[in-house]
Amino acid sequence: MGAFEAFMLTVIAAATPLLLAAVGELVTERSGVLNLGVEGMMTAGAVAAFATAQLTASPWLGVLAGLAAGMALSLVFAVLVLTLAANQVATGLALTLLGLGLSGLLGAGFVGLPGERLPKLEVAGLSDLPLVGPLLFGHDALVYASFALTIAVWWFLFHTRAGLVLRAVGVNHDAAHAQGLPVIAVRYGAVLFGGALAGLAGAYLSLSYTPQWIENMTAGRGWIALALVVFATWRPGRALAGAYLFGAVWILGLHAQALGVGLPSQLLSALPYLVTIIALVVISRNRTLTLTNTPASLGQPFVPDR
Amino acid sequence: MEQGQSPSAETPLLQVRGITRRFGEVVANDAVSLSVMPGQIHAVLGENGAGKSTLVRIIYGVIRPDAGTISLNGRPLRVTSPAEARRAGVGMVFQHFSLFEPFTVAQNIALALGGKAAALADRIRDVSRAYGLPLDPDALVADLSVGERQRVEIVRCLLADPRVIILDEPTSVLTPQEAEGLFATLRTLAGEGRAIIYITHRLREVRELCDAATILRHGRVVASVDPKTETAASLARHMVGADIPAVRAAPPAERPGAPLLHVRDLTLPADGPFGVALYGVSLDVRGGEVLAIAGVAGNGQRELFRALSGERLAQARGVICIGGHDVSLAGINARRAAGAAFVPEERLGHAAVPHMSLAGNLLLTRHAVDRDLVRRGVISWRRARQRTQRIIDEHDVRAARPDRPAAALSGGNLQKFVMGRALDRHPKVLVVNQPTWGVDAAAAAAIRQRLVDLARAGAAVLVISQDLDEIFQIADRIAVISRGELSPAVAVEETDRERIGLAMAGGFERRHAPGAGA
Repeated sequence: MGAFEAFMLTVIAAATPLLLAAVGELVTERSGVLNLGVEGMMTAGAVAAFATAQLTASPWLGVLAGLAAGMALSLVFAVLVLTLAANQVATGLALTLLGLGLSGLLGAGFVGLPGERLPKLEVAGLSDLPLVGPLLFGHDALVYASFALTIAVWWFLFHTRAGLVLRAVGVNHDAAHAQGLPVIAVRYGAVLFGGALAGLAGAYLSLSYTPQWIENMTAGRGWIALALVVFATWRPGRALAGAYLFGAVWILGLHAQALGVGLPSQLLSALPYLVTIIALVVISRNRTLTLTNTPASLGQPFVPDR
Repeated sequence: MEQGQSPSAETPLLQVRGITRRFGEVVANDAVSLSVMPGQIHAVLGENGAGKSTLVRIIYGVIRPDAGTISLNGRPLRVTSPAEARRAGVGMVFQHFSLFEPFTVAQNIALALGGKAAALADRIRDVSRAYGLPLDPDALVADLSVGERQRVEIVRCLLADPRVIILDEPTSVLTPQEAEGLFATLRTLAGEGRAIIYITHRLREVRELCDAATILRHGRVVASVDPKTETAASLARHMVGADIPAVRAAPPAERPGAPLLHVRDLTLPADGPFGVALYGVSLDVRGGEVLAIAGVAGNGQRELFRALSGERLAQARGVICIGGHDVSLAGINARRAAGAAFVPEERLGHAAVPHMSLAGNLLLTRHAVDRDLVRRGVISWRRARQRTQRIIDEHDVRAARPDRPAAALSGGNLQKFVMGRALDRHPKVLVVNQPTWGVDAAAAAAIRQRLVDLARAGAAVLVISQDLDEIFQIADRIAVISRGELSPAVAVEETDRERIGLAMAGGFERRHAPGAGA
């Protein structure tokens, strides 16, 4: 395997959790709900996945547990902000703190244990093809799932009636209510989907990226995913591009540090954030595109006057 | 759209009995009853806050009543959502459009009816042709004019083939000619045996269009009349409970004063994808006169107001002069210092900060120009409260105290306050956008009288309004804004509603707009 292939493999590994979490949050925000608890749901997913895989010796059950943990936290969020109309920003921040604290508590007994790793899906013969073989084949299921989910979400949002309803609820919840669309039910679905994908992103971290449990192992990826959603102007294809750009610059920075490039390591660590923000700011300068894609009722609680 | 076996002509198609609904301490509807016959166009008439919208939102299933029953064709109608109401045969066209701007016409309609947008396109074309409401199903709603948006609402309603159609203040956004077209459509629909409930506060329309009228005041039915046998004055008396004083204007001075507000060739690009660009707007308002700018909503009124008030600066010197000072590149405080006052369209959120006290809101327009209130950056709250109290007293702002938040006032009272706040400075130039929007008739008459009085006292008054009745009551000269261009102003004696209406639809010579030649 050449150096380029090795580099690309690490980029894919770095981008996958960002993509999963961003696509989930994208659906949540398209419905008009801002869930700032991505980091917390991701951490909960990571610890639940790792612990379950340890206890059952099945990484697949671990993946399911990660997904369920993300959904469970997002359900708490949904009840607070949708049913009780609590402030979305404050509740989301609290959710992150809850997720981080809870995962530290529950994961205390698992720190440093060698973990189960998700199996790679090798295809006999094809995986050995030069260049395309290692790039296209031989990843674990969550990598493929991240691409499949991105395409599925794009198709759902823009080519199905249910997706149109979800976007309508996000654009103008009063009009949607007046048309008889179930605003609250749609938002519950969107928040739970976002939680499930944040949980999956966490499971990927603790079962594939670094198959072990370390406290705070999400290391801010949930926040990056949140920023990606906004700068991607709520479009799945751009979220994918943003996640891979971020992953690529991040890995480049690591290599540069290893090679002893004469730049301060702090700058190299900051580079992926800077590059991603600059690139996404540049593409989101098209105001027409931004405005026609922005969920206009994002973050506003909906209380029908019944 | 055959309706099948039609019931006897004596059975009301829609019957509402004893509907009551409270919001907190406010009784929005108090035992309201009305019945609508098939083929009837039935007006529900009342001032803002009389309970009209609450009543029809109950019929349409958006709000639940606390008490009362509704029956359709003699059978009880119990709906808990608009979707159920539509299935039962009740359709509604909303006052504030319930459309999704980033979506196409067909997608908007598909959201209400079910089914995929592509499959609906042909039905949309058929219905819109049949009723004279031309529409392109693939157009983005954000790109449509207000009149076209209303067509989307009506076509969306008609595609469900409703027996009862409710329209909430449908003409408030239309030119007189567009309104005539709408009336023709409504008469066709009534001729098919449908019942139409028509909510309005415009007396002229009720007498022209409607066969019956139920008049609401403070949530109660105060009269059920045949509008054809009433006069506008008698309808107004029912609606308000008192006579409305007519605006009395002394004739304008023989020799008008110097232009106090002078705008020459104001051109500004649109400030966003849904904004309107201004093209070569020129106008002069002399001391002593009221210049009114008519136009359909969304033709650049908001942009013109923002350019005049200094919220957005002009792009060159010499474009805007107030009292002889070139303020083209100066902000709102410099323009206030030059003697101008500004009252924007939205009361809450633009003219006033909702959760700030009235005294605080007074300071927001005075902090830079009134040395008595703010000296060396220190606020005198005592004087601010005194001033606020003076405005409250002189302008009859009810239920107000200087320390109450602006949001606690009703719309009409807050409008009186923000108008009073501007008038209290005795400005040399007053620019006001929609001075009586959503204000009850008595308060509106008082506000109009003050605008005329201010002008006769020597000020230049520029009124931007969508209400032609208002414009013809108070204006000395009228100009029309259409797609960002302003027509030349004409004296009110030399024009009439029809000519202004044509100009509102864009029928004046354009010099600047794209496609209009050099």
